[in-house]
Amino acid sequence: MCSLALFPPLPPPGNVTLYEFNNVLVSERSYEKLPLAFQGQLEDLPVLTIPKETLKAHSRLEHSTKPAFIHHRETLWKRCISAWREVGVSGVLHEVANAEEEGDADQGTGEQPWIHVAKELALHWMKAGSRCTLAVCHWVSSLHGSLFPHLSLRSEDMIAEFSQAVDWAGCSVRAFSWHPHTSKFAVALLDDSIRVYNANSATIPILKHRLQRHVAAMAWKPLCASILAVACQSCVLVWHLDPTSLSTRPSSGCAQVLSHPGHSPVTSLAWAPSGGMLLSASPVDTAMLVWDVSTESCMQLQWFGGGGVTNLAWSPDGSKVLAATPSAVFRVWEAQMWTCEKWPTIKGRCRTGCWSPDGSRLLFTVLGESVIYSLSFSEYSGERQGQVGGSKTASIVADLSETTFETLYGEERIGGEVHSMVWDPSGERLAAVIRGNAETSRSRTSTSIAVFRTRNSPVFELLPCGFLHGEEGAQAQLVAFHPCFKKGALLTVCWSTGRISHIPFFFVSAQFPACSPGRSPLMALGSRSSAREQPLFSEL
Amino acid sequence: TFPASNEVNYRTIKVLGWRVAASIAWSVLLLPLCTAAFISVSSVDFFHPIQWVSNSFNDLYTSYVVFCILLMSLVILVISIFNVEFYAVVPSIPCSRLALIGKVIHPRQVIHSVVHATLGMLVAWCAAVLTKGKFQFLALPSRPLQPLWEADYVCLNEYHLFLLLLGAFVGYGYSLRYLVNNMNYLLFPIIQQYKYLRFRRSLPLLVKHSCVESLYLVRNFCAAYYFFGYIPRAWISTTMDLQTDSNLHPLDTLAGLLDLSLLYHSWLGAVFLLLTWYVTWLLFKIYATEFLALQDLMFLSQYSPARRQEVFSLSQPGGHPHNWTAISKECLNLLSELTQKLITHQEAAAANGRVKQPSARDLKISPSPSGILETSLQTQRLNRLPRGCMPSLVKSSLLPSKASPGSDLGSPLGSPFGSPALNRKTGMLDLSSPWHGSVQSPHIMRRGPKLWTSTSGGTLLSQFSSCSCKASIQAVFADAQMHIWALEGLSHLVAASFTEDRFGVVQTTLPAILNTFLTLQEVVDKHFKLPHASSKPPRIPGSLLDTSYKTLRFALRASLKTAIYRITTTFGEHLNAVQVSAEHKKRLQQFLEFKE
Repeated sequence: MCSLALFPPLPPPGNVTLYEFNNVLVSERSYEKLPLAFQGQLEDLPVLTIPKETLKAHSRLEHSTKPAFIHHRETLWKRCISAWREVGVSGVLHEVANAEEEGDADQGTGEQPWIHVAKELALHWMKAGSRCTLAVCHWVSSLHGSLFPHLSLRSEDMIAEFSQAVDWAGCSVRAFSWHPHTSKFAVALLDDSIRVYNANSATIPILKHRLQRHVAAMAWKPLCASILAVACQSCVLVWHLDPTSLSTRPSSGCAQVLSHPGHSPVTSLAWAPSGGMLLSASPVDTAMLVWDVSTESCMQLQWFGGGGVTNLAWSPDGSKVLAATPSAVFRVWEAQMWTCEKWPTIKGRCRTGCWSPDGSRLLFTVLGESVIYSLSFSEYSGERQGQVGGSKTASIVADLSETTFETLYGEERIGGEVHSMVWDPSGERLAAVIRGNAETSRSRTSTSIAVFRTRNSPVFELLPCGFLHGEEGAQAQLVAFHPCFKKGALLTVCWSTGRISHIPFFFVSAQFPACSPGRSPLMALGSRSSAREQPLFSEL
Repeated sequence: TFPASNEVNYRTIKVLGWRVAASIAWSVLLLPLCTAAFISVSSVDFFHPIQWVSNSFNDLYTSYVVFCILLMSLVILVISIFNVEFYAVVPSIPCSRLALIGKVIHPRQVIHSVVHATLGMLVAWCAAVLTKGKFQFLALPSRPLQPLWEADYVCLNEYHLFLLLLGAFVGYGYSLRYLVNNMNYLLFPIIQQYKYLRFRRSLPLLVKHSCVESLYLVRNFCAAYYFFGYIPRAWISTTMDLQTDSNLHPLDTLAGLLDLSLLYHSWLGAVFLLLTWYVTWLLFKIYATEFLALQDLMFLSQYSPARRQEVFSLSQPGGHPHNWTAISKECLNLLSELTQKLITHQEAAAANGRVKQPSARDLKISPSPSGILETSLQTQRLNRLPRGCMPSLVKSSLLPSKASPGSDLGSPLGSPFGSPALNRKTGMLDLSSPWHGSVQSPHIMRRGPKLWTSTSGGTLLSQFSSCSCKASIQAVFADAQMHIWALEGLSHLVAASFTEDRFGVVQTTLPAILNTFLTLQEVVDKHFKLPHASSKPPRIPGSLLDTSYKTLRFALRASLKTAIYRITTTFGEHLNAVQVSAEHKKRLQQFLEFKE
């Protein structure tokens, strides 16, 4: 088992990690150009800083036209009908419960007094009835909320709780996504806009949409030039960007709106690696939705229990999907017949998970425990339909509990729970964002990024590589690996200062020594996995 | 090249036979459950719960109930036979309102409606007998609590009559909706799931749908009965020599209709009817949309390395790649037919503003034995219902009808460029320059209806007969589902061949495949420039009836692009060595650079 104590000594404070070469992480005093030998290896990836101060807040928060009109009182009957049309039964109940006496409106009609009295009485009874119904509904829903405490959160707090970003609410970068085939990435910002940066082009399209609020996740469609799915507060937006266009503000007509009642806020998205389907998940909805984006039709994958789905991860070979729930259980769906297996965890919910390239191993972390678990799956082949094939129990592969490092400049304490974790497409490096316990640690930053060397065959291995350091005071917010970096692996880190930096790891892949350009990892691995033998001995 | 229809029928029966039998068996098995639920809900009594439960349990064993279940099983059998007879994998989309009316009064549909109305009446009779109380019999003694045979005279029980007529009405309504909503169209789900899970997933939707539907049907029936109820009542009374009971309200009055118990039981009866019929329909759909040849090709190409090996293997004596040849030839033929059809449609739209009838083809269900794939794509000319889209009055097609759907594209083994069909096609593409479709056609399209108005003088007729552009565009892509499967299957196989094809059998066909894909892509791109082609109908979330057949063209476009990308990302720079025309090479380069 790997632990933080085995990690190499820390660099002096103030140093910034630049790259890895010869199995050593190299750090310098500041962000500088890479040494000349490496500059040619790296494409012109945009390094940028988006400070929080430059982002403009919303000018107009209310997006409906209601405030522009004079309020007009209608009769209760009409209001009920319109509430029925807009909201449904609950709207009518609210309308009736909040109805006021309408005595003066009926005065002029010259009715008999007893009719008036009867009307009053009926109204009174209706009000009482609907209030009782509402109270019962409220009580039932609060009962539901006590079972699943996350349901009582506001939707923004819920996104902040379940997002993969460390500080979703406060940092300028909220979501980050690399295009699966080209050097292009999208960054979702605090002001609900999305910018798309391209290494080969100077135009930076800025995507804005009326419904694009509180972006929790983004995902580029695989096997496609420029389709970006965005998880928003109320819906999923699918942007169709023209890669040859020079426009910096694509109109909102380029965005497809996919919404489903009861499926908001959306906190996680996953495209099928073969490019056909999109999965979306919401912590409020027990069903995941499978979208056929082109026809905008969706199918629900219902599985009660857990109270919702917070995080999705599709294995790179397309055979399995991890679905984490807000309670102490997570599921793995098999993506052919869509059956699932579930694993209860002991302490808390599954926080993050990542798949090995051939989909045979899942690494995940759990809230409240500072370890990395590993779960292995048996070889996948088309003959065994409808079986997930996971092992019975997960094993601990790394212990990340707090460790004290003695350096020349004093003690440093690093360690804690893993907030998010990414595995590079070749399966050789693993990066984990560790969030330290803020009260006890006196370290420079409360979050740190630990990088491991990994190997998946013939046996699974996890070896320490080192810690990544940013500028003074910068905390890691999001991490992502470049999906097709040919010289090894390239990790992109979004820091809390708004800086987005790229850290290359130069190594020769043990699995594909001569990695041919343009080869999709999916393909190569799919063929390899069929010939691979089972590990000879158990790990740990 | 079309197999004799006898053979097709035989194969269809063989494959579909056991599926239909299984679906009928399941619907009949579910019938007692539905009946029990109906009995307990119809006799609901909140004030005496224990008595209610025990009564409904006791009722289950009576001979009435057993007889009703037997009768309902027969009804379900007939319904299933109609489901089998009417199903289609290509939705029929009426191009104008006149065509829709034509469909409704088509003899086939009339028979469907009449039989369903009769069956509805039978189910309503069962519901009335199961409900008991005042609904049970058509005839009543003149004084209550008196045996029928001792009565002075026999009265008509209008409640019973009301339920029977409602049953017929609901049955007819079901039949109409079946037609209008294209419920006979088998829509294939996005993802594969086990039958039980699919059924369980659809059940709540189905219950909700039938409850809401029957509310509307009962409302409409009440209105109809209010106005015309006296006719059947008088007719029944005279033919069966029944008296009218003067003590009871007649039901075609407001006071009679506002009977809560009557409304509740009629609604419940309608729900019972719709639920059993929808369950039958759903089970048939679930059983019928499992593993067809092309669908199976898509799944095997994606998930099963062992079966892919079979595809790439050579025949033992001789060493010919028969499997691969058969598969790629069938798929390429399908795709080039679609290209041809689209070109014809575009030319017709550009020339005339009217859409020429594409030759209707149908993919009949064909067997796929386990293990080796057998692509038996029995394409069969289907006699479709008349669509009456094109009045012959204004039809002056400038083009000779290029109805040669079975054009063979690129012999799979020989050099693909020797094929004259392909070259002719690319030449044809160049002729139809883009302004034909995009700029001129709207004006021309408007000219058609105007001609009509001037000749007939009635705007109503023109409104009914004018061919709606949207519908015609939907109709061209009506059978796109099989093209999507062919695209996905072929592209997955080609992508897998990069590492798995040991004998290089795919290499020989790769230029033909790329050519077909890229030509189709050009044509599809051009098609989306036609007016109305890129507008989407509004989506209704959570509805039982899926309308995604209206947007199949978008699915085709997306999967075509994904298929090309799948090949280009797998082969990468190696594609430069493949012989394709200069224009296609340029296109491929764009795909390689992710700029498409």
